Amino acid sequence: MSAPVIDPVRPTAPDTPAGRSTKAQRTTPARFDTALGWNDKPSLAWALRILLCLIALAVFAAPFLTIFSGAFTPNPSGSSLSFLPHDSTLLNFKVAGERGIWDYLGNSLVIAGGGLLLQLVVCTLAAYALARHRFRGQALIMMLFMMTLMLPEEVIAIPLSLVLGDVPVVHLDLKGTVWGVILPLGAWGFSVMMLTEFMRDIPTEIEEAARLDGVGELRMLWQVVLPLCKPALGVAGVLGFIMIWDQYLLPLIAAKDPTDYTVTVALSILRTDPEVGSGVVLAGAVIALIPSLIVYLLLQRSLVTGIAAGATKG
Amino acid sequence: MTATVPAPAARRVFGVLGKKAVVPWLFLAPGLLLALVFKFWPMAKGIWLSFFDVRPFLGDQWIGLDNYTRVLADHRFQDAIGHTLVLGLGQSLGAILLGFALALLLEGQARSLKILRTAVFLPAVTATAVVGELWRLMYYPTSDGLLNSGLHLLGLGPVQFLDNPDIALYSTMAMGIWIWAPYNMVILLAGLAGVDRSLYEAAAMDGVSLWQRLRYITLPAIRPALMIVLTLATIRGLRVFTEVYVLTGGGPAGSTDVWMTRAYTLGFTRNDIGGASAASVVLLCVTLLLTVMVNYLRKRGEAR
Repeated sequence: MSAPVIDPVRPTAPDTPAGRSTKAQRTTPARFDTALGWNDKPSLAWALRILLCLIALAVFAAPFLTIFSGAFTPNPSGSSLSFLPHDSTLLNFKVAGERGIWDYLGNSLVIAGGGLLLQLVVCTLAAYALARHRFRGQALIMMLFMMTLMLPEEVIAIPLSLVLGDVPVVHLDLKGTVWGVILPLGAWGFSVMMLTEFMRDIPTEIEEAARLDGVGELRMLWQVVLPLCKPALGVAGVLGFIMIWDQYLLPLIAAKDPTDYTVTVALSILRTDPEVGSGVVLAGAVIALIPSLIVYLLLQRSLVTGIAAGATKG
Repeated sequence: MTATVPAPAARRVFGVLGKKAVVPWLFLAPGLLLALVFKFWPMAKGIWLSFFDVRPFLGDQWIGLDNYTRVLADHRFQDAIGHTLVLGLGQSLGAILLGFALALLLEGQARSLKILRTAVFLPAVTATAVVGELWRLMYYPTSDGLLNSGLHLLGLGPVQFLDNPDIALYSTMAMGIWIWAPYNMVILLAGLAGVDRSLYEAAAMDGVSLWQRLRYITLPAIRPALMIVLTLATIRGLRVFTEVYVLTGGGPAGSTDVWMTRAYTLGFTRNDIGGASAASVVLLCVTLLLTVMVNYLRKRGEAR
């Protein structure tokens, strides 16, 4: 894949330094490695960089600690909130459990699992057709999938809620079922595009050899093409999961009553509940955060590659 | 690709006969079906409904452009345009500048930098609803709130971040920047990685300043990445919904109401499906227009 990687292999320090700069290069080869010419040597710039890094860490990562500390603190509000819990308790989780947070989490997991599976299957099939076959109207189909990307989902939310209540032709009411959330997630233009790009790069020789052996289309996809697509499937999987977990409007409009909510949407129920404090809301937030955190930490390489690649092609 | 295909004649014949020609469509069918039913049909339905007075059980009534004139004349929608533009532009520019700064700061191969990048990227992978709860907490309005206690140390009074109509929009913007800056950082880091290292070296030999180096080597090289970030951010800015919905819900007193939260309220709270559809179609047209325009400009920029 021609995707730019976040940790690219850089040429090592040049071994034929010219004339005057020899000394500088031998001592600080790394200074040509970054746009700002950061230096590893302890210096004023070095100290400044460490300071700035600490600030970045405090601004972007430290707030997450308050979610955790607040969730384990008996009754957090204002000053009792800190980066570390005072006297930790699981009470908040117990109360959140009584308000059905585990059911919401269950909804979320079913939707995320089912949605991701459907999305991967549907997008892989479509990408296989677009990448490994030539047929009439190919460009048009490609454009259609591209359009699903450009179509803001917020914009179709209102008519979509009507469609979910009465699916055309079959007249099914998907509202209040997990299908109401899962099915609209199936065709994701980004996955189709990315997998298509990736599959195009697979040499045709492999396919031709298999075809001569009389391998059918489905087996070809399953046994020949897919094993070669593992990195791209990884990217599609991670980005798909994060995208599905982030869904807010869709579960909201697909729900018939609040018990159908996903855990992220259900946070607002906990918040507006006058009987529970912010500790319980934070316990809910922790529960909603952990699955995406696990996926991110395990597969961040794929994720970062995908965002960079998708954006450069977008 | 064409050269390796054996017996092109056979393939052509099969193509005409249809057996081979059907295969790709079978693979495409599930995706096309789902896109049709859950994307394009709702879009068409939305456009259609925007010309009707939608009355459940009574039957819809054609009213032409009335929904559009009603929505566009509604002062709350007019206010929402302003909020959307301020929020969209401020959030986009802020997130790009901060993302660029982060990319410059955290560029490098050291292991510690990789860990730092992992940590800084967290906001971008966290569900918006969770981020909203987190920021509600940070914006806690009493003087012992997280941000307010920091301000207290500086001798500043407690700020009503989300309850003051003059400030709430900017509080929302700050959260948006916080979410999107790390995301932009990743794209820009990929751009920075593509800069030719020998240029930096040559520049060092010519004794150019750091500023010149950034201005004449780095910036031109990452211009494509920058353009992408800008495009994505602009379009995202216009359709902003979840961030506002989970943080302020459009309040206080409508001071953070953006176009989509307004449309949502109209459609789901007031049950004015026609009006909400018209508002959505307006946004769709603006978004599409902007996308086409930006793509055109980008193509022209690349061609030059």
